[in-house]
Amino acid sequence: MSAALLASLLRAPQGAGRLGARDWNAVMAAARAERLLATLAFRLEGVALPDPVRAVLDDACFDAEREKRQALWEADRAAAALAPLGIPVVLLKGAAYAAAGLKAGEGRMIGDLDILVPRSRLEEAERALLAAGWEWVKPDPYDDAYYRQWMHELPPLIHRERDRMIDVHHTILPLTARPVPDAGAMIADRVDLGGRLSILSEEDRVCHAVAHLLADGDMAGGLRNLWDIRCLLSDIEDISRLEHRAALHGLAQPVARARRLCEHLFGRASVDLGMVDQMFVARLLSADGWGRNGRRLLGQGFYVRSHLLRMPPLMLARHLWTKWRKGHRPA
Amino acid sequence: MRHHLLLAIGPARFRIGSAWRGPIDALRRLYAAYPQSSQDDAVADFTVRLEPAGIGRRWWRPSVRIAGDYHLPDAVPMALRHGLLAAEMGMNLQMALGWRRHLLIHASSVEKGGKVLVMAGESGSGKSTLAALLGERGWRLMGDEFALLDFATGAIHPFPRLVSLKNQAIDVMRREVDDAARFGPLMAATPKGDIAHLIPAAEAVSRMSEAAPPALLLFPRYGHAPDIRAVGEGEAFMHLTQASTNYVACGEAAFTALHRFVTTVPSIALDFSSGNEADRMIGRLWREHAG
Repeated sequence: MSAALLASLLRAPQGAGRLGARDWNAVMAAARAERLLATLAFRLEGVALPDPVRAVLDDACFDAEREKRQALWEADRAAAALAPLGIPVVLLKGAAYAAAGLKAGEGRMIGDLDILVPRSRLEEAERALLAAGWEWVKPDPYDDAYYRQWMHELPPLIHRERDRMIDVHHTILPLTARPVPDAGAMIADRVDLGGRLSILSEEDRVCHAVAHLLADGDMAGGLRNLWDIRCLLSDIEDISRLEHRAALHGLAQPVARARRLCEHLFGRASVDLGMVDQMFVARLLSADGWGRNGRRLLGQGFYVRSHLLRMPPLMLARHLWTKWRKGHRPA
Repeated sequence: MRHHLLLAIGPARFRIGSAWRGPIDALRRLYAAYPQSSQDDAVADFTVRLEPAGIGRRWWRPSVRIAGDYHLPDAVPMALRHGLLAAEMGMNLQMALGWRRHLLIHASSVEKGGKVLVMAGESGSGKSTLAALLGERGWRLMGDEFALLDFATGAIHPFPRLVSLKNQAIDVMRREVDDAARFGPLMAATPKGDIAHLIPAAEAVSRMSEAAPPALLLFPRYGHAPDIRAVGEGEAFMHLTQASTNYVACGEAAFTALHRFVTTVPSIALDFSSGNEADRMIGRLWREHAG
């Protein structure tokens, strides 16, 4: 799979000198599919590249730069809307990496704005955002009720003028998931960035990224998330503090797995992976040279797993039945 | 993918992969005069995929999903007999959503005497047919779909893909071009109506890397009594921001380029009821404004 070539280029950019046209076509299509093209461009800075490759990478960097600018503006607008409440606004994921100038933010595509607010202030935060021009986008009453009862975030809101989405989290995993991260501790230990914005601590940034990748979701686009984790891990000074923190959030196993996967795909040492880890690697590297998912069956397996992680079986059965009746089909 | 082709149109290179041979063979034939290579020899700007729309749809009622670097999540699959159109739509989509090296204006353009006439308008305005017609009558066709505006120089770059003729325009051009080999197959009852492609004149292809400065901007409107009306700079600017698919994505550079375009090039709305009439009116306007 061409995603393997992509991962090896991210690990060792000097390898780019050996690639021919066919490799470039394949690796750039895979990188686009995984939303890693601009990240790759940053990694390949200073490496001699064929002109047509450089042109495509420059375009990707241009887009990433714009996304970053937009994301920071959205963060600023959300902070302004929430300022009267006097609550901490903690940026998560892409916007956080961009705002703090972290390595994980270099070339990263940033979609929605994700913020974390204390659960006790959630209703006020929602009212303040609605008053400032954000609107609900989930018109379906079942979806809306599901979000409010079981999810770790409000139903997504979209700004009516800027057309940008915000996800307001009150914790980092669905309430139905088995691990129960300590969101209060995450907010308490946040790092202030100024401009009314803050981000999670080094250790909690890793815990959140790992929870998002390995303890939730079907790992679509997972290679990008693992690259985030690899960059976030490189900011960690004391690994025992990370282990301690992961244990606090009930995420010791996923964090350990993420470290093994990072070491295997992006690290220097060779790692002995168990069979389950190998399945994760296969899933992460499933983009082929045309940007397709070359392992559909495995993808569907992880789709089922994501739902099993998210809720107990009986609840899952009821949920899937409801969604099926409404015409939803897995991609 | 099993069948593929790497194709250059103007400044852009496309890698087109298909689950079926038909669309790739059609592209090879109709784009014979354009630079073609293989994915082993050249690096593409964009990848386009023509893939089965579902399990078994490669063989059973074959149905094409247009995919690639950029794609629309809710695009309706197309019948394989319209595969050539699917390939064209796939390439257009990559340009519309992904091109960053020029400001992309949904407009046709033709060149004469080193100056460019740009024609913008909605689908059905006649801009594409007019460009095809003028391309057979002493103008160099630069493109029937996208005009590429250079951020640095303000020049228009050609993007002379196959001309996509719709419905009555097919007969109009069959009367104009006395060479059946320059037409692609008639694709009846596609989602866009009846479609046939026209291979641009040889000069349009051989000079497809030659840019030139714009001298006149027209907003043609087919199906009305002949009339011309000056269009203000502000109005032209607003029309063109709507006609550009990457105006927002390109940010400040796009604003600057478009501002220069509307303040240096005269804009005129042109109503017409036939190709010959429009040809005469454009001839007069061209002498007044670009002569």
